[in-house]
Amino acid sequence: MAGKILLEVVTPEKLLLSQEVDEVIAPGSEGEFGVLPGHCHLLSSLRIGELRYKSHEVWHYMSILWGYAEVTPAKVTVMAEIAEKAEDIDVGRAQQAVENAEQRLQAGGLPSEVREAEISLEKARLRKKIADRARKTGHA
Amino acid sequence: MPSLQSLRRKIAAFKNTQKITKAMKMVAAAKLKRSQDRILAARPYAHKMRGVLSNLSQRVNRTSHPLLQKREGKKIEILVVTSDRGLCGGFNGNIVRKSAEFIRQCEAQGLSVNLSLIGRKGRDYFRRRSWTIRQEWTGIFDKLSFEHALDIGGDLTENFVQGTFDELYVVYNEFKSAIQQRVIVEKLFPIDAAVEFGAAPAPEGSSLGGSYLYEPDEGELLSALVPKHFQIQTYRILLESAAAEHGARMAAMDGATRNAGQLIKKVTLYYNKTRQAAITKELMDIVGGAEALK
Repeated sequence: MAGKILLEVVTPEKLLLSQEVDEVIAPGSEGEFGVLPGHCHLLSSLRIGELRYKSHEVWHYMSILWGYAEVTPAKVTVMAEIAEKAEDIDVGRAQQAVENAEQRLQAGGLPSEVREAEISLEKARLRKKIADRARKTGHA
Repeated sequence: MPSLQSLRRKIAAFKNTQKITKAMKMVAAAKLKRSQDRILAARPYAHKMRGVLSNLSQRVNRTSHPLLQKREGKKIEILVVTSDRGLCGGFNGNIVRKSAEFIRQCEAQGLSVNLSLIGRKGRDYFRRRSWTIRQEWTGIFDKLSFEHALDIGGDLTENFVQGTFDELYVVYNEFKSAIQQRVIVEKLFPIDAAVEFGAAPAPEGSSLGGSYLYEPDEGELLSALVPKHFQIQTYRILLESAAAEHGARMAAMDGATRNAGQLIKKVTLYYNKTRQAAITKELMDIVGGAEALK
């Protein structure tokens, strides 16, 4: 493995992560992309999705809700609107949020409300998924 | 020589003042803690954003987005950030002095200057001066939220695109520590390759002009990223100023409390001396009277 890459994740609330990692996979708006050290310059917007990074042969997960990523050969900067590490997500609450969103979606309403409900459902499912995964891999 | 009663009143008055300044200091300290947490949390994001943008501005075609345009600057806008309340030491005075100096500098170069003001204190000062005030916002610091930044940032970007001004500078207090503020003059428009921040665009910037990928395409990305950048920067500046204000007030009130304490000490000493003198005099009278009767 040649070299490492510095991954920094910032949200408007705080600097969530700043760490040397081996590999990053990010949810780009045009599809997922992987970054290894020496990647060419890239600027991409991010959609709702999961960000994975490998460090010391272990994959870590993180939920990302929109944002931007700037990639340079030695560094990945992720500026996310909202981001959470898998181990910080409360599974119970995430499950609750999924149910709430599903209910709201079924209740229907104005188109804007439906869209909002769809988004929060997607968000909630993602958080649930990531939290579950963290459980399984055993670093919750 | 003041009467004993008037001295007592004076001491009581000083003690009252001291109580008030002490209370204000405590309130400022509590508020400082909160606003300090907010600014420290918001800084990394804002600085990263700035880094990306200034990196980007060296690479992309400036005409590709209206907010990246560089125009021959004749019209200048200065955004002055002051506080809504006083009693915070040199906080507003420093800002106002620096701004006035900066405005004169610009005018000396033959540029026309307009002002946008945030905060009541700055408004009160500049209203009495001859400079044109284009826009003012007051009373936002009590309940500072991102909405305000959206509002102000939106107005500024809109006016830049419309050509109301060609360059935008902002003068504000940066929060250095609880007892230290720094007056900063910063250029917001147009975006330059910023060097003033430690989070420099790194040496790998030497590969500038090399291929750079954009996802989705460049135009779409820029039109989302650039306005966002300004909202974030505006927000950061507001937070900086809020934290700095509370810091300045805390320091000022701490000083005031201490000074009041000194005054109380001094007047109390004088009061006691006077009282003693009066007692001694009375004693002497009594002794003198008793002597006379013998």
